[in-house]
Amino acid sequence: MTTPLSPPPKKDPQKRTLSPTRPPEARSRAFLGLSAAAAEGRFALQKCSECATFQYPPRDACGSCLSTDLKWTDCAPEGTILAQTTVRTSTKLFFRERAPWRTGTVQLDAGPVIICHVHGDCERNGRVKLINRLDRSGQAVLLALPDKRSLNMEDDPQLREMTSDPKHRRALITDGRQDNAPALAKALLEAGASIVFVGESETWRPYPTRAPLLEMNEIELLPLDVTDSQSVLKQTGEIGGKTDILINNARFLRAGGALARGDTGFAKDEMEVNYFGLMRLAQAFGPAMCARTADGVNSAVAWVNILSVHALSNLPEFGCFSASHAAARSLSQSLRADFRGAGLRVMNLYVGPTEDDWHQPVPPPKVMPAALARSMIQGLQHGLEETYCGDVAKDLYERFLDHPNVLEREMTLAGDGA
Amino acid sequence: MRRRASYDGIAIVAPHSTPYQRYSIETAHWWIAKALRGSLNSAGLTPRDIDGFTVSSFTLFPDTAVGLTQHLGLCPSWLDHIPMGGASGVVALRRAARAVQAGDANIVACVAGDTNHIDSFRMMLSSFSRFASDASYPYGYGGPNANFALLTDRYMQEYGATREDFGRICVAQRENALKNPRAVMKKPLSLSQYLEARPIADPIALFDCVMPCAGSECFLVMHQEEAERRGLPFVTLAGAIERHNAHPQDPIQLRGGWTMDIDELWNMAKSSPDAMDLVQTYDDYPVISAMQIEDLGFCAKGEAASFLRDKDMTITGDFPHNTSGGQLSAGQAGAAGGFIGLVEAIRQLLGSAGGTQVKGATQALVSGFGMINYDRGVCSSAAVLKAITI
Repeated sequence: MTTPLSPPPKKDPQKRTLSPTRPPEARSRAFLGLSAAAAEGRFALQKCSECATFQYPPRDACGSCLSTDLKWTDCAPEGTILAQTTVRTSTKLFFRERAPWRTGTVQLDAGPVIICHVHGDCERNGRVKLINRLDRSGQAVLLALPDKRSLNMEDDPQLREMTSDPKHRRALITDGRQDNAPALAKALLEAGASIVFVGESETWRPYPTRAPLLEMNEIELLPLDVTDSQSVLKQTGEIGGKTDILINNARFLRAGGALARGDTGFAKDEMEVNYFGLMRLAQAFGPAMCARTADGVNSAVAWVNILSVHALSNLPEFGCFSASHAAARSLSQSLRADFRGAGLRVMNLYVGPTEDDWHQPVPPPKVMPAALARSMIQGLQHGLEETYCGDVAKDLYERFLDHPNVLEREMTLAGDGA
Repeated sequence: MRRRASYDGIAIVAPHSTPYQRYSIETAHWWIAKALRGSLNSAGLTPRDIDGFTVSSFTLFPDTAVGLTQHLGLCPSWLDHIPMGGASGVVALRRAARAVQAGDANIVACVAGDTNHIDSFRMMLSSFSRFASDASYPYGYGGPNANFALLTDRYMQEYGATREDFGRICVAQRENALKNPRAVMKKPLSLSQYLEARPIADPIALFDCVMPCAGSECFLVMHQEEAERRGLPFVTLAGAIERHNAHPQDPIQLRGGWTMDIDELWNMAKSSPDAMDLVQTYDDYPVISAMQIEDLGFCAKGEAASFLRDKDMTITGDFPHNTSGGQLSAGQAGAAGGFIGLVEAIRQLLGSAGGTQVKGATQALVSGFGMINYDRGVCSSAAVLKAITI
């Protein structure tokens, strides 16, 4: 079993905050396929299309038959530890400050031999299961876990360096007015978050989700309006230094594409909340969070954007709204570049139509707030960067990966009518 | 299969070791120039007299052997750059020997040298190989210490070797190093000091690791007639092998490429392990020395520990091993670590090893091992050298 994490002591402002150092980032281009799989929490290796040999480390040509046709393929993660060590000193500051660090050599049942991180509960020469995770450099690393779950295993210090686990961390939900706010807050608290801040715009105006939020312990409602730079800056001054996970659920949504609307009014509101709102939050909270990514048990760890899956490919019935989310998605990529040097992770949580007022004209299936909250927590606990909630989002992503241009044609048909 | 041709007629002359320094403000170019000049001076030659040149270095970037020709004022008709780390020395020797036999060059200078700035070891690690960047450094960034810790861990489990067994190798080499004025390590080392040393990457502790330093090594290869004409004392090359990426199917490295070519080496050399007066293994970590002693035929696989328990590995002992102190005690000067045993063996057989001289040495085995590309050393090499008295 793993020694459970204790809640962190109150921060001593006289002591040095650990610098946001990172493990090494440099990788070959072929390797980035593994990082892309880790971003989604998948364990995949290159497999030769001709001789079916799994490859590791990632290659440009098969080490067995020289074929250059290597495909990233989900791979059985079971294996056996052949050798282990505990690294007690390193020339890299990230590991120096975190030593001792356990690593080992694992013979995968699927073939390759893999040098990997080893969870503290793995037995010497024991059976293990490899998981593929992003480390603080934003690159994939493989980690051996014991083949059976052990007590408090998610609290292993090495594993925790790879995840964005809410346990003992402080989260901010930017918009309490959204239907999903109570479910998100409840899930964070159940996952061990020590406090959840919830933003309220136009505090004088009542809203239905306020009462369920106030029923929960460890919730703090704060004035926050993502369309108002002053409001965002003021709140950064209050809680910027203790926001470990930021969940941007603010959203403005109306139906229709450009022609369905007579003017750009709603489109401006959509951009104001969905795009500029994200930008304001990033400009205010980003630097504060980036400075605290190595700050112990409750370090700043993740930035979560809840995005429509139609950010990938436009849904004409919500054409202008989709466009604003496409802009937000593009900005999230820019933020990844901004945050990567500090090791702060941007997780995009993609959803299809959600169960709310504005989606009533859309046929099921629709995503319930509790399902969205579950995906968010799982994504944080696995340290993901990309996660898809619900059948519609998963289906659309699969079609997007298959062929984005075919998907666009499917989405934009006019219909033959009679 | 066609047998490879012998190295008859080859003379190895003018060994030179530039005294190592822990840190240096000089460049690899400077260190290489020092060693080259050392060999040329002892042979009474000038840079214009050599028409073959081969170099091994990790810290020469952005230059290669090409840049060095202009930098050092050389005009070779045969040029090589050997990036094989610990296997470089023997590989340079056998290539140079073939160039001389074929007439592509008359006199080849084989040089290795590296500098060591305060931060250069860390910088070198960061760009060592693609597989290492992708699949080894992200795991604790222990560098070679972590890789060899894994191999040592498996070796100990598989063959029952103990830390005491590895400690005996290190302690004997320190004793040899105390007789070598060029060695970086100047203090005696006891077995209990070895066992109680600071752990680095279990089971590897401080005295299992080499000390990175700056230094350079050089020797010359020419035809025996040329050496005789110039009145230069020389040793001969009785046999040499190299092998790369051997046994890729072994899940973890417990043997090296020597096992594939060892019979050919001893046949070619018309000699045997028992006939060796001294043995220079590549000793970046003692487990690798143990592996070489097995794979080169001194004992069966997995039996190095018990074999060495009955042996005295110092220069006055019955199994003189790494007589200059090796890298473990004389220091690891980057790619010069691939030359240190070879250059020392040449001195031994010329009878010019000074304080570390093994009395009456006429045959020596030198072996090299290099380049942890991912999880194992990829390059291996070995050579048998003989004094001309036999």
